Amino acid sequence: MAAVINYDDVEVGTELPAQTFPVLRENLVRYAGASGDFNPIHWNERFAVEVGLPNVIAHGMFTMAEAVRVVTDWVRDPAAVVEYSVKFTRPVVVPDPEGAVVEVTAKVAQKLDDRRVRVDLTVTSDAGKVLGVPRAVVQLA
Amino acid sequence: MALDPKFIGRTYPPTAPYEVGREKIREFADAIGDANPVYRDPEAARELGHPDVVAPVTFPIVISLGAAEQVVFDPELGLDYSRVVHADQRFTYTRPVRAGDRLVAVVTVENIKTMAGNDIITTRADIATVDGEHVVTARSTLAARGTGDEAGES
Repeated sequence: MAAVINYDDVEVGTELPAQTFPVLRENLVRYAGASGDFNPIHWNERFAVEVGLPNVIAHGMFTMAEAVRVVTDWVRDPAAVVEYSVKFTRPVVVPDPEGAVVEVTAKVAQKLDDRRVRVDLTVTSDAGKVLGVPRAVVQLA
Repeated sequence: MALDPKFIGRTYPPTAPYEVGREKIREFADAIGDANPVYRDPEAARELGHPDVVAPVTFPIVISLGAAEQVVFDPELGLDYSRVVHADQRFTYTRPVRAGDRLVAVVTVENIKTMAGNDIITTRADIATVDGEHVVTARSTLAARGTGDEAGES
């Protein structure tokens, strides 16, 4: 593990560089293939509407994967993330062709023992927050 | 019908070993649009102290969701999978997943409860190498909408 961020250089409240992730149907099809989650609510609009959704929705795990990039791009080594958890509170609706946009901000919320920090994220789309209490424990240098 | 709480604590047999390949890691990283070279270039991974490319943080879902199918489709448990949504997810790492790992998952039912008419089940997949070295634990909570006894809706 080789994080490039030093524990002594961060404080509670230190903000990580925010990022914005566009989500198109193509992203969901690729994610379905790579992850093995072929639930049609993530690629078939007819099916999604039939089961009561407004449209195709992103895999929660896709959104979870995008969000943590704010942390892994910050520390550079993804192995620095020793714990990562989210609740899936609201779906990211992905109409075709315009898609959706997920915005992610994050800040250091707590300095822990062993040069670790807790990072709290905020993950939103048009509809508001899409992940509940997304947080990561990160091993810093 | 509400799920039977007697399943809490039940552990399922270990899965067949999953061999983590460099190209699968690359495919997953491409799918999430993450350009970090540590997922693709063994040399970049070695610069960070890893013996080979490592997998993205959420990659173990590929292994744990497959393993959790033992629970989800257990006819004795009787979960209505057509109503299931993913409610929350947690990964707790001992070390990153690396190319070349041969990983086995052991799934345990951690909790079952009924909340607002929804059956809620939490499973834990302990993922270790075939030699028994713990790598990561993946906890998933699934909610089956409107199947618990309390609400009585369908």
